[in-house]
Amino acid sequence: MDIHEYQAKKILSDFGVKIPTGGIVYSPENAENKAREIGGVKWVVKAQVHSGARGKAGGIIICNSPLEVADATDKLLGKKLITNQTGPEGKIINRIYIEEATDIKHELYLGLVFDRSSESIMVVASTEGGMSVEEISKEKPETIIRSKIEVAVGIQQFQAREIAFGLGIESKLISRAANTIIGCYKAFSEHDATMVEVNPLVVSHQDEILALDCKMSFDNNAMFRRDEIAELRDKTQENSNEVYASDRGMNYVSLDGNIGNIINGAGLAMASMDMIKLAGGEPANFLDVGGGATPEKIVKAFKLISMDTKVKVILVNIFAGINRCDWVAEGIVQALSKIEIKHPLVIRLAGTNVEKGNEILKKSNINYIEASTLEDAANKAVKALG
Amino acid sequence: MSIIIHKNTKILVQGFTGKIGSFHAEEMIKYGSNVVGGVTPGKGGMTHLNLPVFNTVKEAVDQTGASTSILFVPPAFAADSAMEAADAGIKTCVAITDGIPSHDMVKIKRYMRRYPKDKKMGLVGPNCAGIISPGKSMLGIMPGHIYKEGKIGIVSRSGTLGYEAAQQLKDLEIGVSTSVGIGGDPINGSSFRDIIEKFENDDETIAVLMIGEIGGPQEVEAGKFAKENMSKPVIAYIAGLTAPKGRVMGHAGAIVSAYGESAIEKVELLKECGVTISKNPSVMGETVKKVLVENNLN
Repeated sequence: MDIHEYQAKKILSDFGVKIPTGGIVYSPENAENKAREIGGVKWVVKAQVHSGARGKAGGIIICNSPLEVADATDKLLGKKLITNQTGPEGKIINRIYIEEATDIKHELYLGLVFDRSSESIMVVASTEGGMSVEEISKEKPETIIRSKIEVAVGIQQFQAREIAFGLGIESKLISRAANTIIGCYKAFSEHDATMVEVNPLVVSHQDEILALDCKMSFDNNAMFRRDEIAELRDKTQENSNEVYASDRGMNYVSLDGNIGNIINGAGLAMASMDMIKLAGGEPANFLDVGGGATPEKIVKAFKLISMDTKVKVILVNIFAGINRCDWVAEGIVQALSKIEIKHPLVIRLAGTNVEKGNEILKKSNINYIEASTLEDAANKAVKALG
Repeated sequence: MSIIIHKNTKILVQGFTGKIGSFHAEEMIKYGSNVVGGVTPGKGGMTHLNLPVFNTVKEAVDQTGASTSILFVPPAFAADSAMEAADAGIKTCVAITDGIPSHDMVKIKRYMRRYPKDKKMGLVGPNCAGIISPGKSMLGIMPGHIYKEGKIGIVSRSGTLGYEAAQQLKDLEIGVSTSVGIGGDPINGSSFRDIIEKFENDDETIAVLMIGEIGGPQEVEAGKFAKENMSKPVIAYIAGLTAPKGRVMGHAGAIVSAYGESAIEKVELLKECGVTISKNPSVMGETVKKVLVENNLN
């Protein structure tokens, strides 16, 4: 789960990380007042969308008067911001963050992630702030500092100091920088984060160390114990079909093609998508209804796929294990008695009681194309596109 | 032989009396697994499915001599249960539970390191289908009947894709020594490398089918291990050629975030390690058969 920049910064400041003074606004009038309240002579107006690279897309505007702040807010609110991370549909700007401008001396990069090889928390830092970590590792890999943190004892002062010295921070600011790094680590470890990225982390001409931008992602599996994080979710930043699916316990990812998929198991779902592509088609979605594939889940899955206007053919691929194909087939029959499907439907059942399952489908009045293997199913789905 | 579980392996069920635990315990017993009891804190002394229920894993191990456990405990309590098993002297714990936070997984793995090598528990999963040694024992939630007894080792992150492979092999009359589901989470108990090493050391296994997917470094690490240390052929399929970058594909661990984590990159890196690639998921069985013929192993 992702959150907005302003929410992430609030969390960082709870752990002693310094952030520029700022506030969230929802209208130009509101923005003008907020600028006056913050004070100073220069402000930054920042579109709050779940994406990086907002600056290049015009989502961050520097202003020299409260009136300019109001104008910039007016320009951004309600608009869709299209960055290189949002896809062509962009993301809606519903919230604007107004911040005092910072007098930047150096821009640094600081990120924390899980390292899947060592199963520890990895701090990644670089002197090349402002660039994405992918760009840094391509263009200036020699500037990257990595430090593995032993999770059982957490980050130690010396580790944070080593990183700070590695970033070339002046001696008098080392302890300030180390505390900033420790604060970010604590935010990561105490809120079940999967990523904390401060980019840039800046040293100002006033010798302050500030988190100028911050992205945070959290472990969906930990939301049961993180109410305070779960309530930061902004569904307007997610694909509406994906929200519908995740609210109903299904794993769904919207894609660009036109063959809709209903599959049980994430691995099998990815494999089916691959087969569709090999057969010359394009999947409209990834959908894992879960290993169980209960009739209720099948009904919900059909509802979800029928909401997607891109879909021209539906492919159902279920490998029944503990649940049996006859049961799955009944689920399909039940679903199709409730939802009208106008598109060609290809069904491939496999596993336990496959003959009985196919028998039930044949006897029903469902109009469908039967497939035997994964390959057969993909070929028939592509052919059905016409 | 087979790996990890054998005919007489004594099994405890953690989360025994719950709905899911009960259902799968019964399926395992029907298959012939030697389930000796279960643990549900607070229900010790009861009898469930004609087997004893214990309050603690320690007590259960003392009284039954169990060496192995399968865990159906809900996500919020799963880490605690896995650590309890490690401390009670369980040698292998298979965690079926889906939805354990990553921070908890890291904690379990750190905790397990406190035991010397000969006393250290092996954890398989979480979010996995479990383990089956066909004809001998089932320690998981798979449909046992799709596995034919034989000599191919299967290791898979995905449950249903592992079933697909077992079915394809069975249709070609090829059997399985042991099939291990290592699970779809980003941080898991046993890696591909851990499992293929066991297959290399198993007399009965003649070749290994590895079913991976996008995300993480494990498939490639296993490939490097195979190149340097394995005499047996390794066949692999990697799912997710069409998966977009940066998106989580169902499994929490199925996300491409670095070089070498996409399906195409993994396939290339595995080929360099001498692993035979099944070019699509429909020919996993055929590819295994071809390799067996080429190596005079059929």
